[in-house]
Amino acid sequence: MADKYKDKKALKNTAPVVTPAASEASYDDVKHDHRLYFNIVKKRYIWFALSLLLLIPGIVSLCTQGLNLGIDYKGGSMFTIQFNEKVTQADINQAMDSVGLTGSVQLTNGDMSAIVRTEALDQTKRDELLVTIQKQAGTFDMKNVQEQLVQPAIGNELKSDAIKALAVASLLILIYVSFRFRFVYAVSSVIALLHDILITLGLFSIFQWEIDAAFIAAILTIFGYSINDTVVIYDRIRENERRMKKKDSFEDMVDKSVWQTMGRSVKTVCTVLIALLAIFLLGGESTRSFSLAMIIGVFFGAYSSICIASQLVVEIKKRTSEDNKKDNPAES
Amino acid sequence: MKRGNTLKLAVTVILVAVVVFFSIQPLTNSETGIPLGLDLRGGVHLVLQAEPGKDGAAITNDDMDKARAVIEERVNGLGVSEPYIQTNYDKKRIIIELAGVADPDEAVKVLQTTAKLTFRDPQGNILMDGSLLKDAKAAVDTSNGGTDYVVQISFTSEGTTKFADITTKYLNQKIGIYLDEQKIQDPVVSVPIVDGQGQIQGYSSLEEAAQYAVMFRSGALPVSMSIVEKNQVGALLGADSLNKSLNACLIALIFIFLFMLVLYRLPGLVADFSLVVFAVIVLWALYAIGTVLTLPGIAGFVLSIGMAVDLNIIVYERIKEELRLGKSLRAAVDAGFSRAFITVFDSNITTFFAALALFLLGSSSIKGFAITLIVGIVASLFTAITFTRWVMRWIVGINPRMSKWLFGVKEVK
Repeated sequence: MADKYKDKKALKNTAPVVTPAASEASYDDVKHDHRLYFNIVKKRYIWFALSLLLLIPGIVSLCTQGLNLGIDYKGGSMFTIQFNEKVTQADINQAMDSVGLTGSVQLTNGDMSAIVRTEALDQTKRDELLVTIQKQAGTFDMKNVQEQLVQPAIGNELKSDAIKALAVASLLILIYVSFRFRFVYAVSSVIALLHDILITLGLFSIFQWEIDAAFIAAILTIFGYSINDTVVIYDRIRENERRMKKKDSFEDMVDKSVWQTMGRSVKTVCTVLIALLAIFLLGGESTRSFSLAMIIGVFFGAYSSICIASQLVVEIKKRTSEDNKKDNPAES
Repeated sequence: MKRGNTLKLAVTVILVAVVVFFSIQPLTNSETGIPLGLDLRGGVHLVLQAEPGKDGAAITNDDMDKARAVIEERVNGLGVSEPYIQTNYDKKRIIIELAGVADPDEAVKVLQTTAKLTFRDPQGNILMDGSLLKDAKAAVDTSNGGTDYVVQISFTSEGTTKFADITTKYLNQKIGIYLDEQKIQDPVVSVPIVDGQGQIQGYSSLEEAAQYAVMFRSGALPVSMSIVEKNQVGALLGADSLNKSLNACLIALIFIFLFMLVLYRLPGLVADFSLVVFAVIVLWALYAIGTVLTLPGIAGFVLSIGMAVDLNIIVYERIKEELRLGKSLRAAVDAGFSRAFITVFDSNITTFFAALALFLLGSSSIKGFAITLIVGIVASLFTAITFTRWVMRWIVGINPRMSKWLFGVKEVK
């Protein structure tokens, strides 16, 4: 307490005092400060078109081939086996065949390890399969096999829990955003959020990347992060809007706000992507689908905050105010 | 004023260094530090589902307790240091986590076989099957004048005849009561029990008697259990995952540290410093909550580091802007922090909500991620808003006229 007081006193002594509200950067200052400046608001139809171009194939793919659900959701058995020697896919397939099982085999680690997926097996069948693989494909240490078994019933539970979690999170976020910001902003941020989620899901569907239990964590974190990113720009728009003079155009104000927060937007996405890339490249197999989803989501989250969420506010405002003018010309 | 700030700064740096130094050992100790999940050191996670018997009778909570008692007994036999066993009465499930078990394969086999209670002679030959035992319950016997804790056992009609024969034959000898191959007790027969109602004496408390009673009962009604979920990780693979994820964590940290330093110079250094404080707070908090560190947990930690610097970035960008407007360093720093506060709070609460939903509804492995993220958000609000602010004020206080170049802004004029 005493410190604070002292600091304030010292602040008064150091001339000249600038009161925060009096000074602000002008639109031209902001343009001047960014070497790469261009008018983002004026180009908003390009961003909308670009996003649609990204969204449509993803949505089509989601509707036609859906998502590639892993055993966490579908149920099944998955083994990661580290062999003592090089193995071939054909040998393992044959071993599975001979115990009457079908499934997929994926070799990694220079053909030294294999990921085997099949239906949910009981203990006897599982032992039979592993022994047969050992006999027909290559030797390995039983103690070191990684195994995951999920009965379909449990997978369904996980699926419904995931949907519940999504519902709870979106409800909380919606309530918060509509409480903190005006309706136009809330709607735009939610559209931008859906945009990020749909692009992520779309890419996972197009490339049929497998989805595991951690994927839902990624989607929910994107939920939080996408709004987070948007809120920072909205905060600035809100701040600048209060200072707007009558002759100032709303579009220019938004453009200025977007550029004022550009440094932060770019730098933050960089630090988060550094963290995610480290997990993706070095963190091993089990966190890969999580980090991949996050990378896509965070990247498009940053893009949509600038190019979609803020631009939708401009677009909606413009249209509603034009309508107002037509209906009620006396009001400005 | 100037000396006061230098002193505060120096004391803080030394204090943090000391805390970091003395935190390493207690947090990373393999016995008492933050416990590692089975995906990082090998082990088994099992979810067992109780199946209704052939007669179709519903499974009661008592059945679940019996089954759990048997499983606990077996787990103890495996010699796992900190087994985690949980009963879900709603879904009739038992969740078992054995982190660090040497041979997970063997452990699963031991756990899955159905429990069987038997009465055996002193040589270990089976005399009678536990299914003939009708009930066993703990009680207090005061008939001898003192307070004896006993387990009262009663038999079915077939069991009554058999047990009468046995107790007559083995009078004054020990009868072994076995759960599978493990002897749980061998009381001495003092009188032949002909009416199918007996009692075992010599327990030190009612709780102890109750524990044994549960074990005896479990033999009388074995619930069949099937594995509905299994996650089994070999120790080598676990160690490999641990190495990989720690490596990822380290690389991410180094790059973020450099990134901040290059971009923001002096404040960047302060951000890196507060990131160290952030990491220590998060790790101690996780330790205090008793969280088990898992792969998703580490991912959450790395991610929260990336997000924690976001708060610094928001504040620093604001300070830069204020400096460009020609404000003094002190005024810019103060304005930067106070204006950024609302933004930082607003933006983090949404991620917090997402993490909360995950924590409430996520599967067990995802909960670890959610906890680290929640702890990370709360800790980063403290370090980025409060701690960094102190340090920045002290630094500016030492020399309010230092070059703005140190703050990443071109000197005006």
